[in-house]
Amino acid sequence: MYVYSAIDRQLLDERVAQFRDQTRRYLAGDLSDDEFRHLRLRNGLYIQRFAPMYRISVPYGMLNSKQLRKLAHITRTWDKGYAHVSTRQNIQLNWPALEDVPEILAELATVEMHSIQTSGNCIRNICTDHFAGVAADEVADPRPWCELIRQWATFHPEFNWLPRKFKIAVTATTHDRSVWMFNDVGVRIDRVENGTTYFSVQAGGGLGRTPMKGVVIKQDLPGEDLLSYLEAILRVYNMHGRRDNKFKARIKIIVKAFGPDVFAKMVEDEWQWIKDGPMKVPAGEVERLASHFTAPPYEDLPATDPDLQDLLATSQAFRFWYRNNVFAHRVPGYAMVMLSLKKTGVAPGDITDAQLDAVADLADLYSFGEVRTTHDQNLVLADVKQSDLPMVWEALTILGFATPNIGKLTDIIACPGGDYCSLANAKSIPIAEQIQRRFDDLDYLYEIGDIDLNISGCMNACGHHHIGHIGILGVDKKGEEFYQVQVGGHMGHDGALGEVLGPSFYADEVADVVEKLIDVYLETRRDEEERFIDTYRRLGIEPFRERVYAKDHS
Amino acid sequence: MRKIIRDRQLVDDRWTYLEAGAAVPADGEIDVVVPLATFLADAPALLARDGRLGVRIEPGEGVADIVPHLAGIDLVCVNFPAFHDGRGLSYARELRERHRYGGEIRAVGDVQRDQVFGMYRCGINAFDVKEGKSIVDTLNGLKDFSTGYQADVYETRPVYQRG
Repeated sequence: MYVYSAIDRQLLDERVAQFRDQTRRYLAGDLSDDEFRHLRLRNGLYIQRFAPMYRISVPYGMLNSKQLRKLAHITRTWDKGYAHVSTRQNIQLNWPALEDVPEILAELATVEMHSIQTSGNCIRNICTDHFAGVAADEVADPRPWCELIRQWATFHPEFNWLPRKFKIAVTATTHDRSVWMFNDVGVRIDRVENGTTYFSVQAGGGLGRTPMKGVVIKQDLPGEDLLSYLEAILRVYNMHGRRDNKFKARIKIIVKAFGPDVFAKMVEDEWQWIKDGPMKVPAGEVERLASHFTAPPYEDLPATDPDLQDLLATSQAFRFWYRNNVFAHRVPGYAMVMLSLKKTGVAPGDITDAQLDAVADLADLYSFGEVRTTHDQNLVLADVKQSDLPMVWEALTILGFATPNIGKLTDIIACPGGDYCSLANAKSIPIAEQIQRRFDDLDYLYEIGDIDLNISGCMNACGHHHIGHIGILGVDKKGEEFYQVQVGGHMGHDGALGEVLGPSFYADEVADVVEKLIDVYLETRRDEEERFIDTYRRLGIEPFRERVYAKDHS
Repeated sequence: MRKIIRDRQLVDDRWTYLEAGAAVPADGEIDVVVPLATFLADAPALLARDGRLGVRIEPGEGVADIVPHLAGIDLVCVNFPAFHDGRGLSYARELRERHRYGGEIRAVGDVQRDQVFGMYRCGINAFDVKEGKSIVDTLNGLKDFSTGYQADVYETRPVYQRG
């Protein structure tokens, strides 16, 4: 895992002092509400429905056990004892007091953490694959490149006051887990040839109220030119992005308005005069960063463990968990374990202080002290010995993180919604629970197979509803909460946006609607291999629409 | 007399800011800053006039129009009508780095303490601080950070080139 350099530490200490002074000046009346708003947002602090919401950065989803314990301490001391994993792999607190935030920031700094640029119109946390470095289908480890981009993006003097927020994701696998096509800019490692890493770059992707899939505007970009190319994109965006209407201010709007070809040409023009300058990244720098992400000291182990095989044969509960929540590792004898933060009755992605401490202990005991956060609001222990899986399973069962539903219908992505968020039109968490209760039978869940169900409480789409195979969007009609349902969205390199099924539904109808969609799928799929999304692609939306809106003759 | 920050110092400033449509004083002792549109409407005369010449750029105007005339322009005022509109930062960098402009670049408008460090790194070397905000406090804002990761107008090497 990345360890701070002297300059990282110095800049963070200076930021802590700066924000402490900004808060002091605000409380003293020297800064207006609006002036301070822009400053606090750049430190992750929102004023929400009941209290501030404070978003802590988890660069590319990597955490160590010390940081987890610090987060536990912070939630216990300054919040109500729980935290929330966001779809940007960050950690959110819902109840800190504004005047305590400088102190929280100082506490975070002691474990090389912060909340810099987790909100506001600037470059946000860099996201990547939660299996980075251990995924079998990976071209190269994306994390050194993520760290390179993180440093470039942090306190960038020119790009701290953009038209709107700016999200970057890095992917490096054949099966995407980073949502790179739906970030403002996504970069993909395509190949490594003679020591050079080559990238594709898409621009103009995004969800929110005008969802769009990005367009690849550059291919065969050598790694040494990655930062200068990103700089050129950001400069074009900073100068030409719309500022007259915040709903049209994301980069996707100008990529579409100019057309991807013209936009790419504008970027090329900016890039030409900087690409051969000092921004060129020497191979030595990438090697230096890569040295932070070397393989841990794996043991030489047999590919399978006999005790594990015994338990698989005798315990159905263990077998269910193993099949759903454990993933194949690159190294023989090891496995990746997904912790499900999707237990019925708990808000998706929520984790308590005691659980954070317990996960830190598990990481130290079984996974070289590291944990990852995922965009689908779960956690990963990425390097667990197969022979330790029974013990890890028992511990996770006690913690409530062993629900064997990863990738299944109840592994729901949901934003905090109307229970917390002041932007939300409708609640998300009770809808997730309603669906989880309806589909709580494991046999039924496994019959349905792999499916993404995503819920957003408003069109800002923090719950990624556009790319759920089933997407649910909360809407407000004259003060009452309704839910629009979409079908057919999906992430991945060939990602697509969902189609709206039709008129929206009352809150208490949502699980019924989902059940009807599932019925259509189960009745019409070709075989068990055909997933829900494949059936939709084959048959289109009509059979689903017909069933859901059919007149009830009973 | 107006006080501004120039090159990290508090100094008196004698420039006269002219709005659109205002008559340009004939007196060559008077240094004037004119809006871009005023400049473009009568560039040859303004460039030939005695006295120093400044041009004010608004967000959205860009720098392309003044690039051919930079040799005759002593001051570029980059207006920030709102501190959170960062277009002027790119304009300053383009002027300094792409077009090698060596004259004064001055931030005017909603110029405040918490933005000047970034502005300075982008090549803005003078600040006409917003009325009602402390100019001394703003000067301190130039010391909020001791360094940065990126190359900028003063530190031409990004962190990974500094050895």
